[in-house]
Amino acid sequence: MERPIRVLVAKPGLDGHDRGAKVIARALRDAGMEVIYTGLRQTAEQIVNAAIQEDVDCVALSILSGAHNTLLPKVVELLRGEGADDILVIGGGVIPGEDIPFLKEKGIKEIFTPGTPTQVTIDFIRGNVNR
Amino acid sequence: MMFDKDQISILKEAVDKENAKTQEKLQKRPERKKEFTTGSGSPVNRYYTPVDVSALDYMEDLGLPGEYPYTRGVQPNMYRGQFWTMRMYAGFATAEESNKRYKFLVEQGSSGLSVAFDLPTQIGYDSDHQLSEGEVGKVGVAIDSLADMEILFGGIPLDKVSTSMTINAPASVLLAMYIAVAEKQGVSSEKLRGTIQNDILKEYIARGTYIFPTEPSMRLITDIFEYCSKEVPLWNTISISGYHIREAGSTAAQEVGFTLADGIAYVEAAIKSGLDVDAFAPRLSFFFNAHNDLLEEVSKYRAARRLWARIMKDRFGAKDPKSMQLKFHTQTGGSTLTAQQPENNIVRVAIQTLAAVLGGTQSLHTNSKDEAMALPTEDSVRVALRTQQIVAHESGVTEVVDPLAGSYYIEAKTKEIEDEAYAYITKIDDLGGAPKAIDVGYIQQEIMDASYDYQKKMESGEIIVVGMNKYQIEEAPPTGLLRVDPAVGEMQKARLVELRSSRDNTRVTETLVALKKACEGTDNVMPFILEAVKAYATLGEICGVMREVFGEYQQSVNL
Repeated sequence: MERPIRVLVAKPGLDGHDRGAKVIARALRDAGMEVIYTGLRQTAEQIVNAAIQEDVDCVALSILSGAHNTLLPKVVELLRGEGADDILVIGGGVIPGEDIPFLKEKGIKEIFTPGTPTQVTIDFIRGNVNR
Repeated sequence: MMFDKDQISILKEAVDKENAKTQEKLQKRPERKKEFTTGSGSPVNRYYTPVDVSALDYMEDLGLPGEYPYTRGVQPNMYRGQFWTMRMYAGFATAEESNKRYKFLVEQGSSGLSVAFDLPTQIGYDSDHQLSEGEVGKVGVAIDSLADMEILFGGIPLDKVSTSMTINAPASVLLAMYIAVAEKQGVSSEKLRGTIQNDILKEYIARGTYIFPTEPSMRLITDIFEYCSKEVPLWNTISISGYHIREAGSTAAQEVGFTLADGIAYVEAAIKSGLDVDAFAPRLSFFFNAHNDLLEEVSKYRAARRLWARIMKDRFGAKDPKSMQLKFHTQTGGSTLTAQQPENNIVRVAIQTLAAVLGGTQSLHTNSKDEAMALPTEDSVRVALRTQQIVAHESGVTEVVDPLAGSYYIEAKTKEIEDEAYAYITKIDDLGGAPKAIDVGYIQQEIMDASYDYQKKMESGEIIVVGMNKYQIEEAPPTGLLRVDPAVGEMQKARLVELRSSRDNTRVTETLVALKKACEGTDNVMPFILEAVKAYATLGEICGVMREVFGEYQQSVNL
């Protein structure tokens, strides 16, 4: 049997809003994925370490503090540095539409903004993980 | 509510009969939904009658406005005396930028200031700390030292305005900075009016800007209670907050139950530290959310007031009526705003404003339409403030106190929320009080369950959010959002370099050593923090000393 998709749900930076991260984590788990949630205040380095240690297929970054342009690309960059650029990186939170092209260019595959049904995220992960 | 027993039984019979008849009709022509519920998911009957409130005793459960148990409001004349304080939460980028926004708000008729700090400030890191990268000036203003605070309040007379500061873990440091700025303006601390949020328990539960473990955090809070009761007597020393609990996804009854349970923990800690309940309880204040279910929200505020009055009187033996009066700030619900068709948010905020006012709030922040996407622009803040002014001057609801009292539905809901909240408090008591219930994750788990339940209902279409899961349109991405200049981080860093080279560093070290000793002992730390602040020690240096002594809180998460 194929092993379930493994996802690291992470909160980069100092942001304390974790409602969305927890909802996503539960929804992914209910959809049959294995989910690890980091808790708050993770540096890019901590997130990348956890992603590699846990051998995940996807890193889902939740951020509502406005620091996304700094912190999200850093995660992708560090993953590349570790030769782990096969891991799918996605983001979600309060992220203005005009920042999305920049983030995608930096290697974040998709950004899910407020109001996105969890099913959309689930389908995206299923359709885009490298395995 | 003072109905004749015979009348109630006649009515009950009539209701039963009517219900049987109507249920039969509904078989053929069903209603829109199988079950009707409030925004929080609690059941709503088809209609309410005196039968539903027959257990209430008017004098005991409602009383008159301004009288125990304050169900109808904390003042006898409410908004006939003066309107609530229109207090707009604001702050971003540098102290200069935020100072400009405050002056704009005062010009536009805002009656009190409310300071938003950036995350590094809220978590006790200087702008040049590694963890501050990308966060400086983003969700609020960056304050590294007294020098920034002097700019933030430049040209604003601190004896004339009241200032609320959303600051928790480092609340004592920011309060000390405020006292020091006032002193430089020639304003003595007895004249200062305002509030610090200072509510660490809800940070562990829902908001996330904690620093220290529970025990030293509770000590810092009681130190503030004691210090202010003598030195800053008009200051509200804590704003016990349900707002963030609700934003995290709780129900209305959980918002009341968990918030008052936190309140009980603070009162117990202060009494345990030797303070007399009536010496500090009048300066406790609360902070609630306003969501879209107007009637549920109004009932919620009334229930919270009644329950707190009873807790203070019966559980803590308070004698001063002011200790029993639950005074609260309200903010409209950030999580109710949609990124889709943002203009619709203006309407949501108007409904929520009405809820807060009909519920008897003492002050109010109204969210701006663009806040599901970014910090608000000046134009959208103006509309949000005007919404309050329209309700105040044009709606008429301010001319009479607690106008919804006596509605069978409102009174039944008020009682129901009070009972449900009280059941949560009893459960938390059984677990050993709020700090213990947080440590074992009970409160967080309850909120998470409620929030996931809501999400599922929204995705199944059981809950409709206009513009988001119904009535969608194709939209171009919004333009004209407020952007914080990314150079702010560099500017703050440069300012820190300048500060560290121009201040008297010997004095800084001396005050920090003295503070460390105070933290290790049992003295009130406030005077020591004040000295360090006046020596221009930075927020990060002061919190660094406290981190060394107290350690840091470790979050535990269960999904």
